[in-house]
Amino acid sequence: MEKLLKLLDNNARLTNAQLAVMLGCTENEVSDRIAQWERDGVIRGYKAIIDWERTDRAYVTALIELRVTPKPDLGFEGIAERVMRFEEVESVYLMSGGYDLAVIVSGRTFKDIAMFVAKRLSTLDSVLSTATHFVLRRYKDRGVIFLGEEKDERGVL
Amino acid sequence: MGYQIRVNKTLERLRPSGIRRFFDIACEMDDVISLSIGEPDFSTPWHIREKGISSLEDGKTWYTPNSGLMKLRESIAEYTQRDKGLVYDPHSEILVTVGGSEAIDLGIRSLVQPGDEVLIPEPSFVCYSPLTEMAGGIPVPIVTKAEDSFRLTPEALRAAITPRTRVLIFPFPNNPTGGIMRREHLEKIVGVLKETDIFVLSDEIYGELTYGESAHVSIASIDGMQERTMLISGFSKAFAMTGWRLGYACGPKALMEQVIKLHQYALMCAPTTAQYAAIEAMEHGQNDVEEMRAEYDIRRRYIVDRLCSMGLPCFEPEGAFYVFPSIAVTGMTSEEFCQRLLKEKSVAVVPGTAFGDSGEGFVRISYCYSLKHITEALDRIERFVEENKAV
Repeated sequence: MEKLLKLLDNNARLTNAQLAVMLGCTENEVSDRIAQWERDGVIRGYKAIIDWERTDRAYVTALIELRVTPKPDLGFEGIAERVMRFEEVESVYLMSGGYDLAVIVSGRTFKDIAMFVAKRLSTLDSVLSTATHFVLRRYKDRGVIFLGEEKDERGVL
Repeated sequence: MGYQIRVNKTLERLRPSGIRRFFDIACEMDDVISLSIGEPDFSTPWHIREKGISSLEDGKTWYTPNSGLMKLRESIAEYTQRDKGLVYDPHSEILVTVGGSEAIDLGIRSLVQPGDEVLIPEPSFVCYSPLTEMAGGIPVPIVTKAEDSFRLTPEALRAAITPRTRVLIFPFPNNPTGGIMRREHLEKIVGVLKETDIFVLSDEIYGELTYGESAHVSIASIDGMQERTMLISGFSKAFAMTGWRLGYACGPKALMEQVIKLHQYALMCAPTTAQYAAIEAMEHGQNDVEEMRAEYDIRRRYIVDRLCSMGLPCFEPEGAFYVFPSIAVTGMTSEEFCQRLLKEKSVAVVPGTAFGDSGEGFVRISYCYSLKHITEALDRIERFVEENKAV
């Protein structure tokens, strides 16, 4: 059934009927399995992968490196929880290496994000320092290529 | 000036491959989506490519022994024993060739004398008949049918045998039909062959790509057949290595020492870089094959279901990566169907007739494409069929 997860990972819009055909099982088996995964938290949600550049929406993202002081009991979780509550924050990861939390933030303009970091993030108690890296161009996101079309260079035979 | 080139008459009479001819038309059009290509859409797995690259970095740019690198022949021997239960001596019974195609050519030229008849189950890949003719042999097609799951039946085989029959080409798993021969079918074929002295050229290039319960069984592994079979396979299809041009042939020593002479005079040896990469494929490529096969299987199920529900009945292929639906519902010939589908809906598929006259009424659809691509092409085919169903 790992195949089913892979198929959904690739395209969550395939219908249960299509998935059942592809895997050689029944539609009920597919829907039961998916329901189970949703209950168990294996599947956390379904979203479209959108290239906002091709729309009218002003959309900027940045990766913020946060260095923080872990709390005695909660470690990094306390601050991570605090950070993820901001609706500007798309993702929060605990990192190994030179800093502690990687935070992906989105906004309408560079200034929005800069202000968010200055006023909301860097003012949190445990935050020692921030470094903001703006995303200039998205070539590939979550496995999907954004830069033009992939060309099939195969010949014939 | 005015020099008249006199080309070999047999060669001149050969028709160019029907696949290529059709594809040339498609190439001149914009926005064509194709389901015509017969090679994996996967790139060669990285660890295999890496071994090719590092062999170049190490300066391994010389010829190899005529039969191929000993290490590669040993890994082929191990693989063939593990995978097919067949024991071949890497010193004298295995030859590394430039693709499975070279092995087919060598096999036919080594066995066929002028006037000999060569049995060719059809529909099948395009090369057997032209190569037989170039060797002076007479191609004798044996039609396989959808109602027999495109298997060769012992009755059809028996009916085609004459005192001049020398070779049986055995193209399973089959391109274009996806038909395969399971052990019980092979045993019946062998029963017929054993009454004769016919030699078998078994083209098992799709041997790793079978679906369903049981794995591919080589006809050479049926009792008494190894001594009269040349097993042909290669790296192109299973390991996604078409461009490396590497295949191999395994057969009895008495034949292989003759075959090697042809190979050595015509080709010297297979490409060295490809041989180093192929060792990695044989030794550590099994997981890649499994993953690609699982992906093909998903596409296969989807495409068969869609074709059947749009009114193009379709034998469920058990091997290779093609489906071969009947287009009878449209009342068109294969050629007409493909030409019009291309012109009206910009989708390229291959007419069944490219694989022999018995392919009339069918088209070959490849599933070496992403699901997204396949879905778009099938949507277009569905609209085309809807508009053109004969009353």
